[in-house]
Amino acid sequence: MTDTTAQQDSPPGAVALLILSAVGAFLALMATGLSPDPLFRLEGWVFTFAALASAAALTVGVANGRYQADPGRYEDGVIRAGAIATVFWAIVGMLVGVVIALQLAWPRIFYFPEAGWLNFGRLRPLHTSGVIFAFGGNALIATSFYVVQRTCRARLAGGMAGWFVFWGYQLFIVMAAVGYLAGITEGREYAEPEWFVDLWLTIVWVVYLLVFLGTLWKRKEPHIYVANWFYLAFIVTVALLHIVNNLSLPVSLLGAKSYSLFAGVQDALTQWWYGHNAVGFFLTAGFLAIMYYFVPKRAKKPVYSYRLSIVHFWSLIFIYIWAGPHHLHYTALPQWAQTLGMTFSIMLWMPSWGGMINGLMTLSGAWDKLRTDPVLRMMAVAVGFYGMSTFEGPLMSIRAVNALSHYTDWTIGHVHSGALGWVGFISFGAIYCLVPWLWKKDRLYSNALVEWHFWIATLGLLLYIAAMWVSGIGEGLLWREYTPQGFLANSFVETVSAKHIANIIRALGGLMYLSGALIMAYNIYRTIRQPAPAVLPAASGPIVAAAA
Amino acid sequence: MSFLTYEQVARFAQQGGTVYFVVIFLAGLAYALWPKNREAFRDMAHLPLRDDEDEHVGS
Repeated sequence: MTDTTAQQDSPPGAVALLILSAVGAFLALMATGLSPDPLFRLEGWVFTFAALASAAALTVGVANGRYQADPGRYEDGVIRAGAIATVFWAIVGMLVGVVIALQLAWPRIFYFPEAGWLNFGRLRPLHTSGVIFAFGGNALIATSFYVVQRTCRARLAGGMAGWFVFWGYQLFIVMAAVGYLAGITEGREYAEPEWFVDLWLTIVWVVYLLVFLGTLWKRKEPHIYVANWFYLAFIVTVALLHIVNNLSLPVSLLGAKSYSLFAGVQDALTQWWYGHNAVGFFLTAGFLAIMYYFVPKRAKKPVYSYRLSIVHFWSLIFIYIWAGPHHLHYTALPQWAQTLGMTFSIMLWMPSWGGMINGLMTLSGAWDKLRTDPVLRMMAVAVGFYGMSTFEGPLMSIRAVNALSHYTDWTIGHVHSGALGWVGFISFGAIYCLVPWLWKKDRLYSNALVEWHFWIATLGLLLYIAAMWVSGIGEGLLWREYTPQGFLANSFVETVSAKHIANIIRALGGLMYLSGALIMAYNIYRTIRQPAPAVLPAASGPIVAAAA
Repeated sequence: MSFLTYEQVARFAQQGGTVYFVVIFLAGLAYALWPKNREAFRDMAHLPLRDDEDEHVGS
């Protein structure tokens, strides 16, 4: 802080946030003290501690007159925090993934009967939420704050609200993770957190929506750039999905357990309407927004076809929302609903491939950069994997194919080609772009390390999905093999042991992918720590000089 | 009530859905291809390249 700002008072938003933190800490402490449920008390302590830490930090800040906002500048601090959080959670989430992959290969590894929280069943949601919501979510929030400000030429709306979204979202992640390990779960895939954590995320998410909308409202550009449309669809739809899928009745006001308002097949359909649109709007629309900003920016080429991007957007969001029932083939769900889900999944081929072509063709005239710029190559490969997994997905949604693929490792392989290939690589690319821009460095610490990251992660990814194709299709075939008398030919445990080698290869692939993320973390750390460039790019002045 | 059978609801959903989706798609297509929008879209396509990496809000 410079002397000039220290003499002013902090903005009212900071004081309001301080009061809210103190009130939140008090209420959480009361709830913790009164609750008879030890699991609820555990989460209560987490919330109390976080609210107290927030109140303490804000007290120090407000006492020193901090948090002055310069309306003439972009809010980049919260994006810097988001970039670091993205890298941190990538490593945590992928590390847990490697641990459970090893547990699948060797069930006794890292398993301690006296420590139930290390059980596969507890670690698995920690892995999925860790990579999807912690790593992916932070990448989306950070990049959306960057893109919406730059493409609207407006400072992030809401003052301190952006920081509330960032820290509130981290608290959601920590409470969800602590809950999984302690054994709290709703048992709904990708929506495991219990009702009180869901309520907290709803608050954070609504503030996120308001911050985003407020920034769009303040824009100085006549139009809203297409990436913002994708971000907006992601934020709005995730809010809708999250609220509807988590409609539940707590057993008691101070207890962790709740029950869904829906029952039976309605509950299953709601869950998979949520589940598939978590794929469609969290893992697809949000990351397409990253593609539509960072690929043109990095390639220094305009979007190949802006018209196609509009058709891509509207057809994608209108079709995706119907695809969920393909998760419930051969269940109690009426057949017409299954067919509806399958048909819409197949229709998704069109917008998905239109978007992939649009992303890749943005590189036309800049193909040579794929050879020289590993960051751009990473994003191009991501778009390629987007195309590949959006081809495979509709294929697997066909009922006859699903009869072979469902419940097998093929599904796991499919999810990971999308998650590691598309979501992971496009996020890594965005982080590699953002860090030098945000910390005012002229380049990354090492392009060679990006090459290492790219190749080790790509090889790991290929090992992973190839192993899962082999084990998944093999498993599916073993499950449907009959003896001449009409009995199942294989016992279940035989089909499990048949996957042993594939499981080992999968763990190796995951380990390689994790190693790539560790290389990235080191490279990002060194980039941030490297001295400011001697000769600055013309457009960017050093912060100190600008502030003086 | 006899006027809301499964068949009637299904027919309404199928035919209504078909019309709804075709109209929405054509509207989106018309918006994307409308000649008057050509300049604006060309301008928007170049937007990421125009913004600089400066921390100052552009004008």
